[in-house]
Amino acid sequence: MRYLRPASCDEALGMLSAPDTRIVAGGTDVYPALRDRAPRFDMVDVTGIADLRKITQEDDWLRIGAAATWSELIRHPLPPAFDGLKAAAREVGSVQIQNAGTVAGNLCNASPAADGVPPLLTLDAEVEVAGPEGARRLPLGDFILGPRRTALAPGEMVTAVLVPEPPAGAVSAFAKLGSRTYLVISIAMVSVLATAAEGRIAEARVAVGACSPVAVRLSALEADLAGRPVADLNDLGLVTSAHLAPLSPLSDVRGSAAYRVDAVGTLVRRALLAALEGRNG
Amino acid sequence: MDKALTVGRVAFRLNGAPVEAAPHPGERLSEVLRERLGQRDVKIGCNAGDCGACTVLVDGAPVCACLMAAPQAEGRSVETLGGLTSFDPVAQDLAARFEAHGAAQCGICTPGIMVSAVALLRDTPAPDEAQVRDALGGVLCRCTGYRKIIDAVMGTPALPAAGDGVGAAIARLDGHDKVTGREAFGDDVAPPGTLELRVVRSPYPHAAFRFGDLDAWAGATPGVEAVLTAADIPGENRFGVIPPFADQPAFAEEVARFRGEAVAAVVGTPEAMRAFRDEDFPVEWEERAPVMTPEAALAEGAPCLHAGRPGNEMCKGRVACGDADAALAGAEVVAEGSFTTGFVEHAYIEPEAGFAEMDGDKVVVHACTQAPVMDREALEILLGMGPERIRIVPTGVGGGFGSKLDISLQPYLALGAMKTGRPVRLCYTRIESMQSTTKRHPAEMRVRIGAGKDGRIQGFDFFGRFNTGAYASWGPTVANRVPVHASGPYRVTDYRAVSQAVHTHCPPSGAFRGFGVPQAAIAQEQLFDELAERLGMDALEFRILNALRDGEPTVCGQVFEQGVGITACFEALRAAWAEEREEAAAFNAAAGAMRRGVGVAAGWYGCGNTSLPNPSTIKAGIRADGTVVLHQGAMDIGQGANTVITQIFASAFGVPAGSVARIGADTDVTPDAGKTSASRQTFVSGNAARLAGEALRAEVLRRLNASPEARLEFAPGRVRAEGAELDLARLEPDTEGYVLRAEESYDPPTKPLDADGQGHPYAQFGYAAHVAVVEVDTELGRVHPLRFHAAHDVGRAINPLLIEGQVQGGIAQGLGMALMEEFIPGRTENLHDYLIPTIGDMPPVTTHIVEVPDAHGPYGAKGLGEHALIPTAPALLNAVAHATGVRIRRLPATPDVVRAAILEARR
Ligand SMILES: Cc1cc2nc3c(=O)[nH]c(=O)nc-3n(C[C@H](O)[C@H](O)[C@H](O)COP(=O)(O)OP(=O)(O)OC[C@H]3O[C@@H](n4cnc5c(N)ncnc54)[C@H](O)[C@@H]3O)c2cc1C
Ligand code: FES
Ligand code: FES
Repeated sequence: MRYLRPASCDEALGMLSAPDTRIVAGGTDVYPALRDRAPRFDMVDVTGIADLRKITQEDDWLRIGAAATWSELIRHPLPPAFDGLKAAAREVGSVQIQNAGTVAGNLCNASPAADGVPPLLTLDAEVEVAGPEGARRLPLGDFILGPRRTALAPGEMVTAVLVPEPPAGAVSAFAKLGSRTYLVISIAMVSVLATAAEGRIAEARVAVGACSPVAVRLSALEADLAGRPVADLNDLGLVTSAHLAPLSPLSDVRGSAAYRVDAVGTLVRRALLAALEGRNG
Repeated sequence: MDKALTVGRVAFRLNGAPVEAAPHPGERLSEVLRERLGQRDVKIGCNAGDCGACTVLVDGAPVCACLMAAPQAEGRSVETLGGLTSFDPVAQDLAARFEAHGAAQCGICTPGIMVSAVALLRDTPAPDEAQVRDALGGVLCRCTGYRKIIDAVMGTPALPAAGDGVGAAIARLDGHDKVTGREAFGDDVAPPGTLELRVVRSPYPHAAFRFGDLDAWAGATPGVEAVLTAADIPGENRFGVIPPFADQPAFAEEVARFRGEAVAAVVGTPEAMRAFRDEDFPVEWEERAPVMTPEAALAEGAPCLHAGRPGNEMCKGRVACGDADAALAGAEVVAEGSFTTGFVEHAYIEPEAGFAEMDGDKVVVHACTQAPVMDREALEILLGMGPERIRIVPTGVGGGFGSKLDISLQPYLALGAMKTGRPVRLCYTRIESMQSTTKRHPAEMRVRIGAGKDGRIQGFDFFGRFNTGAYASWGPTVANRVPVHASGPYRVTDYRAVSQAVHTHCPPSGAFRGFGVPQAAIAQEQLFDELAERLGMDALEFRILNALRDGEPTVCGQVFEQGVGITACFEALRAAWAEEREEAAAFNAAAGAMRRGVGVAAGWYGCGNTSLPNPSTIKAGIRADGTVVLHQGAMDIGQGANTVITQIFASAFGVPAGSVARIGADTDVTPDAGKTSASRQTFVSGNAARLAGEALRAEVLRRLNASPEARLEFAPGRVRAEGAELDLARLEPDTEGYVLRAEESYDPPTKPLDADGQGHPYAQFGYAAHVAVVEVDTELGRVHPLRFHAAHDVGRAINPLLIEGQVQGGIAQGLGMALMEEFIPGRTENLHDYLIPTIGDMPPVTTHIVEVPDAHGPYGAKGLGEHALIPTAPALLNAVAHATGVRIRRLPATPDVVRAAILEARR
């Protein structure tokens, strides 16, 4: 067992070619998973790679380096289309967790309840991967394959999360449901991104987490929302069970499956109202 | 691969000074700080990011040291509470405010809380409450209910204190160490490098097991010094807090009866124990079908956990008076219901921890505990040794709430030290603490209560079945206490309450703040609301009408001619009740998903053991140099006994509390002040302290020939009063160095209960009532408590500051029990999945201190510790019902449960 701290991605990739290695960034998922035991693998710490710590604007893309933390994202000035992502960031655990945990780590950990995934889905984010065969990019929806499963091949690492320029005038919001305030894994969460004009929704993107093995966009709902008056969001029956068909929630200690589906309808309406009218409905 | 890339050493600045260490690969910053750099002000509560106790500042930003690989600190600045309070004026100011507000109770969370607050205050010197919550949301506190912490961080003025005697709201006398990181808890006292111990536990709720060749395994595993099993226990392999029920082995033999039960332990070097994994240990398991609920355990053909307890019934309790059935039959209205509560975990932030060493042929155990003398008595049986060969030296206790009354790791430490002849250390992981220590009893209650047209209670029938888990622990106490208390503090003439404790393959249920009484109150107080509603009466007035009064018999037939303070509590809440109900009605007049509700509930609690002796002894002495020394053996687990007992003693003796030197619990030097439980310390040990103070005073006055009212003045080597002077140096010191001394005991007067539970179970009760105000999000089922008004009859407030702290902390625990907490064996065994309230969940509390003096209490004082949470859960549930019209009868009222009830009601 070794603890390795590469200074560049190339060095890191060299280390990752050995068997039994694991990447560590903020460690906020890696350490709890050890359950008080000593690691039996080599740890490759990517936080010493200066390039990966940066959040930068590159052409039309926002580039969130793989070692950038939630706190760094919160502090980075961004337009309202990113409010949902920032709100999610502020709800990741606690200040302590946000100061250490990374956006990329959240995606790589591939928890169904990862708060970063729904907002990044609504932002059409992509994941940049480096590996022995070179670099590749894939949409976030193709990157997370299932609980704790990603498209990363052995020896590969994520180098950045990339977000394209959002639609002009887009607003966004995030709604998280938990049994307590702070330090709580979501029972369900919803992220929305929308544009509106003259009291009508032009485009709405809606993603739901913790209600399926991987967070999903609700495309049927998105299609139905386009062109509707914003005022329709006050209609309690707006979100139908057909809209929620992509969800397949489990019942667990945090809540029953039926409850999750029921709550999502409310969270969607409220998130859209919050984004478009700056209020909670 | 390039060796240079492998991190060997790490260098950083620690509290301003350069340091270096050579961590193991993957070693956490928390370990490096504590074990390699001696920075034990960094506390470990969970090792998983869930409690925040380990928070340190890295380049000024708060992070969990337990989640940070040590090499990530390379070249950076790391600050801890101990350092901050020694050089940072922001931290020093904050420390003073934490002391003044009593924002540190046990103090185990304090380093994490204060370090996080320092980071906030550096950026935002005058934060608002929302900013404080956001900054401290990552640190759990189980004692304070967070309100004093918020006050201290925001810098609101603290309660004024006049003098420091009885009645003064002084800061706790032992507070300074807690706010500067110096307080030493169970895991803070062993020297670095001490041999460590790991307990091997059953992964199954019910399993037979067989060891392989343990000697061969130990011999072949480098660094392993000893293996311990039941075969190593020199005495009887059996312990239990209630001797006739003692049934728990320190190490299971042949069969394990709950998941997490200890079967063996391994002692070895820190390196060996770091590498050790349970699955490497030579033991074979044969899983057996468990019974996890009382229903399953009572079923025909269920496996029997203990020979001698057929059908898995451990014991029953009963109190009856009048004719409950006849009264109910004639009642105008009858409310009835079935209520269920789950296991509740104590979730103190300090897991069980300590170390043991040999002192000649005596074994000395340093560990956190609520009951040092009971620990020694348990070890006497397990070790087969006399009391002279066992010494218990309690460390600081990072919360207890009942669970640290039972022994946990003490036998392993003692056996390890005895077998190896060397000091041995152990700190439970959060998971093993949660798996293996006691819980609040899950309850299934069926209750029927009637009332007449006049609004008076008419007939009360209670049956409660309690899941007592695999071993007895305090189950018999719960079975006894519940029928005595299930009536609530009301006049009930026709009553029958029966309790039953049933064994299952769950962790042992034991003592948890209230011993079953909070569960019973959830049923009774909710049904009282239903009765009031059916009679068209106001819920508070209905309770006042039925409140027990001086001279009226309790359900045990005990008549208190004085001191019954429940009516005064209700009356203290009248104004708040009316205002809150009005405000809620105004709010609810507008439509919307948010509904407000206001609920009231009461509670009572008998202080001290139920009809059993529970004496406390307090010793004090004066040294030749004039130092007054108090041997204060009442364990301070954060509630404040060190302060309250000293205030009482000092007032009785006639000196300032601040001038008294304190020696704490230690079975070799301090007499037994009994266990810290049953809300007995202020009452029972307080009385012993009063008697000791009075006796010592009488002795001094006699020698000075002074009058009883004389003012004592101490000068070096002398004491003076009324012009006379006593030269202490001329008196002969005893073996402990005291020239004058006093030792006094107090045992509350009680009488045994007969088969119908009639008798005098307690010398005094304390009384409480809460009003809870909630907002329910009816679309999501989330309950947001907005405010509490809490009235507590404490007889006489020895220290109002500490009372507020107890009330707020109790309310937070009651809130957790009502809304979010449920321990499910095998599923919620960590603080990630087992949720306790955070700073964001705890609303403001207005505390009304009610003083109806008690003839038996010291200066009239009554106990308080457990009363604080009894009314909370039912008050919240009554508020939820007021807001939504739905009754929650199965706890906790998590959002899905509340939402389901709302949908069901609409159907
Ligand atoms: C107390 C607590 C509360 C939490 N609360 C929340 C919450 O509310 N919401 C939420 O979503 N999450 C929460 N988490 C989970 C966690 O904090 C987040 O998922 C965080 O974003 C993980 O980032 P990290 O940098 O700490 O990841 P790490 O623990 O360092 O890594 C996580 C996983 O990703 C892999 N990995 C990391 N970086 C890379 C990379 N560049 N390339 C390939 N693989 C990589 C690691 O090997 C590991 O498998 C919480 C965790 C804790 C301890
Ligand atoms: S010990 Fe680090 S968060 Fe609990
Ligand atoms: S004072 Fe916070 S946990 Fe005890």
